[in-house]
Amino acid sequence: MNAEPSQKPGQAPRPEFEVDLIEATAIGDVERPLTITERLVNNEAVQRLTILVTIVVIWELYARWLNNGLLFPSFGETIRTFSKDIANGVLIDRTITSLRTLAIGYALGLVLAAVLTTVAVASTAGTRVLSTLTAMFNPLPAIALLPLALIWFGLGTPSLVFVIIHSVLWAVALNTLIGFRGVPETLRMSGRNVGLKGARYVGLILIPAAFPSILAGLKIGWAFAWRTLVAAELVFGVSSRSGGIGWYIFEARNDLDTATVFSGLLAVIFIGLVVESVIFRAIEARTVNLWGMQR
Amino acid sequence: MADARHRPMTSALLEVKGVTLQYKTPRHLVTATYQIDFSVHQSDRYVILGPSGCGKTTVLKGVGGFMPPVEGSIRINGRAIESPGPDRMMVFQEFEQLMPWKTVYQNVLFPMKVTKRFGAKEASERANAVIEKVGLTKFRDIYPHMLSGGMKMRVAIARAMALEPDILLMDEPFAALDALTRRTMQQELLSLWDQLRFTVLFVTHSIEEAIIIGSRILVLSPHPGRVRAELDAEGLDHNSVGRPEFGILTKRIHTLLFGEKHPLRAQQEIRA
Repeated sequence: MNAEPSQKPGQAPRPEFEVDLIEATAIGDVERPLTITERLVNNEAVQRLTILVTIVVIWELYARWLNNGLLFPSFGETIRTFSKDIANGVLIDRTITSLRTLAIGYALGLVLAAVLTTVAVASTAGTRVLSTLTAMFNPLPAIALLPLALIWFGLGTPSLVFVIIHSVLWAVALNTLIGFRGVPETLRMSGRNVGLKGARYVGLILIPAAFPSILAGLKIGWAFAWRTLVAAELVFGVSSRSGGIGWYIFEARNDLDTATVFSGLLAVIFIGLVVESVIFRAIEARTVNLWGMQR
Repeated sequence: MADARHRPMTSALLEVKGVTLQYKTPRHLVTATYQIDFSVHQSDRYVILGPSGCGKTTVLKGVGGFMPPVEGSIRINGRAIESPGPDRMMVFQEFEQLMPWKTVYQNVLFPMKVTKRFGAKEASERANAVIEKVGLTKFRDIYPHMLSGGMKMRVAIARAMALEPDILLMDEPFAALDALTRRTMQQELLSLWDQLRFTVLFVTHSIEEAIIIGSRILVLSPHPGRVRAELDAEGLDHNSVGRPEFGILTKRIHTLLFGEKHPLRAQQEIRA
């Protein structure tokens, strides 16, 4: 606050100054819309598409260089088989069979996870039960339960649903519980402050507040379920009359029809991509991204 | 403005009698306050002031109904407080009290919707009115993560006020703000009070803030929190920071809290 400029010995004086603002019009508008090229480069869909195209090009080049359709069919060949089987309905049929089983298992798994988590958040004892069960069963591969499921439920959909439930349940329950525990105390208190209790408190405060974690659980659960289902179908799709996509791959392998195996794998990947980058992406954009809870 | 803040002579709205509050940490049972008495009247700007560890936030949680007293009684309008309720809206220090999944407008509307105290149309009108009052009309449909700290705090205050609670409980609401924003917010709170004359129980650890905001100041001593004094701070605001009364009161509170040694700061204020 001293009016005189402070001057230390051996240093040049540092005068105060005021200047007129320099002309800044040369830089253009302070806020300028990005050009179409800039926006395209930043677009997630465009970036993902570029990655896919790159992979396809590498695949095609390698397959042509190898020139052995039995070991490694080219992308073109795979796509031809793929579209042929789509056109004659085989692949669509198989996919629908798989997805139907998956939907049942996934839905039942979510319901069970909801029940288990509700019990777990209600009391400390419940939390202990859930964390112990999760620690026991989460590392247990669903496929390892398949022989047991076959003994209990026989060949067919119930066995598949059983292993799918197993693969969904623990991942979703664990993530939901972690999410609930992570809800900030202030947010909880501001919910209770307006008199929220019980189910309304869980529904209006805990679930939306824990949504990033719940959504992560749903995604992991989905991936586990899809993986488990295809694997299980590979093991015993043989006897069920309308097999799923795993059965489609299995059949093709028996015929040494590698292009069809590839086209089956392509279908598995394609559905995975659609669910992840269309369905879950849309949910994310409308929830956690919009709310600023996740980037 | 100072004259306008004359306190009406009414009976106590909130009565705290002989209240001892304890809470458990994983290793200890902590006695936060010991046999505290005070009463808040209608339209008071009642400030609880004390250093950290004097249990001032715990008192507020007790009044909020989040913590039952071990002994003594807390009564609002003659009724004992048993659980949290919308008649005592709380404004917290943290910014995360707003629901990130709701816009400014939805956040303000939420308590009115949940408590069903107002019809849908009235609730919507009240929400818009109170958002305008805190100057956030332009940000009505924005999500909290895009707001600055001061704006979030304004939303929290608007949300609490829209419900017209019997008493507004504020737990160091401006502590996490930068100095300039804090000053603006203090002024805004005072001018809102000038318009609406709500009752507010305000917790702070800043002597200056206590004098500026408060009409009554309850001074607590730490470990465990006990009442040290209740002082009158009517008519002192930002404009009187440099005035001798302000300095004298600051010094008096400082002596109450820390004994005889008063800080350089108080001396400077007296000289100024």
